[in-house]
Amino acid sequence: MWKWLHPYAKSEEAYRLAGLWLPWFAGFSLISFTIGLTWGLAFAPADYQQGDAFRIIYIHVPAAIMSMGAYSSMAVAAFIGLVWQVKTADMAVAAIAPVGAVFTFIALFTGAAWGKPMWGTWWVWDARLTSELILLFLYLGVIALYNAISDKILAGRAAGILALVGVINLPIIHYSVEWWNTLHQGATITKFAKPSISNDMLWPLLIMIFAFICFLGALTLMRLRNELLRRESHRPWVLKLAEEQDEI
Amino acid sequence: MWQMFTGVARRELVSALRRRADVLNPLWFFMIVITLFPLGIGPEPALLARIAPGIVWVAALLSSLLALERLFRDDFIDGTLEQLMLMPCPLGVLVLAKVLAHWLLTGLPLLLLSPLVAVLLSLDMSTFMAVFWTLLLGTPVLSLLGGIGVALTVGIGKGGVLLSLLTLPLYIPVLIFATSAIEAASLGVAYNGQLAILAAQLVGSITLAPFAISAALRVSVN
Repeated sequence: MWKWLHPYAKSEEAYRLAGLWLPWFAGFSLISFTIGLTWGLAFAPADYQQGDAFRIIYIHVPAAIMSMGAYSSMAVAAFIGLVWQVKTADMAVAAIAPVGAVFTFIALFTGAAWGKPMWGTWWVWDARLTSELILLFLYLGVIALYNAISDKILAGRAAGILALVGVINLPIIHYSVEWWNTLHQGATITKFAKPSISNDMLWPLLIMIFAFICFLGALTLMRLRNELLRRESHRPWVLKLAEEQDEI
Repeated sequence: MWQMFTGVARRELVSALRRRADVLNPLWFFMIVITLFPLGIGPEPALLARIAPGIVWVAALLSSLLALERLFRDDFIDGTLEQLMLMPCPLGVLVLAKVLAHWLLTGLPLLLLSPLVAVLLSLDMSTFMAVFWTLLLGTPVLSLLGGIGVALTVGIGKGGVLLSLLTLPLYIPVLIFATSAIEAASLGVAYNGQLAILAAQLVGSITLAPFAISAALRVSVN
């Protein structure tokens, strides 16, 4: 399997492969965003208690899920980069971090906007809000460290180590904060056997989660391609690519 | 290996004692921060005792952060760090020796100062004991986790602010359990549970942090 996988770690191949996958991720995310948003915002029944305000979950929940998903995929990339010394994986860490940070911010912002009418306050020091905020800090730490080191190969590795340290710490932070204080409502769709949400509301939500997954993938691939070009700008394959672009 | 461990630790202690100001300044800082709180919020003993856990631990976090740079900065600049890496001994062991020496110089003095803190913040005896135990178990964790941050930022010219951005989020679990132990003690409730969790964090970070620190140093010194 290594023989089969290894060529893809080469930057040229990685660039080509990312370009190949990009339209699929972008296309799927566009389609499922269209379906999910229309269904969720216009057609799904209003909540009997929260009225139309509940519809923010179609942004909030997928963003929150993917903020953690992005962190774990960043950690996986960091692990690959650290153990097998794959340069492309370190670039992937740098590519995912800002996307994940924005998702985290979206989750926090939509949560605050929903909290104002529902809880009567923009912010409470509740366990899940706090750990999401700390997640944002961890993302910002990775981004800041990556930007601070001028040698980008070393910067990618350092950011990778920090991401791994963060991923070990995240559960500890999460549970300590949870233990510290809890107000947020319990998870709605973790128990897939019998979700405590009606099907009409659940389907658009699942579609939106899928849309966010594809969106994360598409953005990451785009940023990874840019990163590859920027870092390898002196290499023959990039020069050739640039010449081809010029001719067109 | 043991010989190298003690050798590195001794060298650290000796070189730190030659420059006492570096050791004493964070302690002054700790005391000054604690003094600022009564001045800022008012001197009522009941109020102070109520928020004492937070004050003590936030001050401890900040002073530990202030002292952290010493851990690798000078050795990085004069090249000692590279020599340490060439030693025929796992880097993690040497790193642990350095962190231990660092804790003896920055964490342990906080324990010695804690009775004074208890007087200043009008804590009773059982609360003071909780402050003591949490500082004993918690400050080594701060040194170990902070070591990761220093190792990552040591190669950057002005890593000071970045260091705090990277390290402070990692300190949060220690802060939560330490303060809740002190709070439990001030209410007269048993706080063994919180101490056990702090001890677990200590064991976990002693086991894992040296690996992270040495990996980070290898990147920074490259």
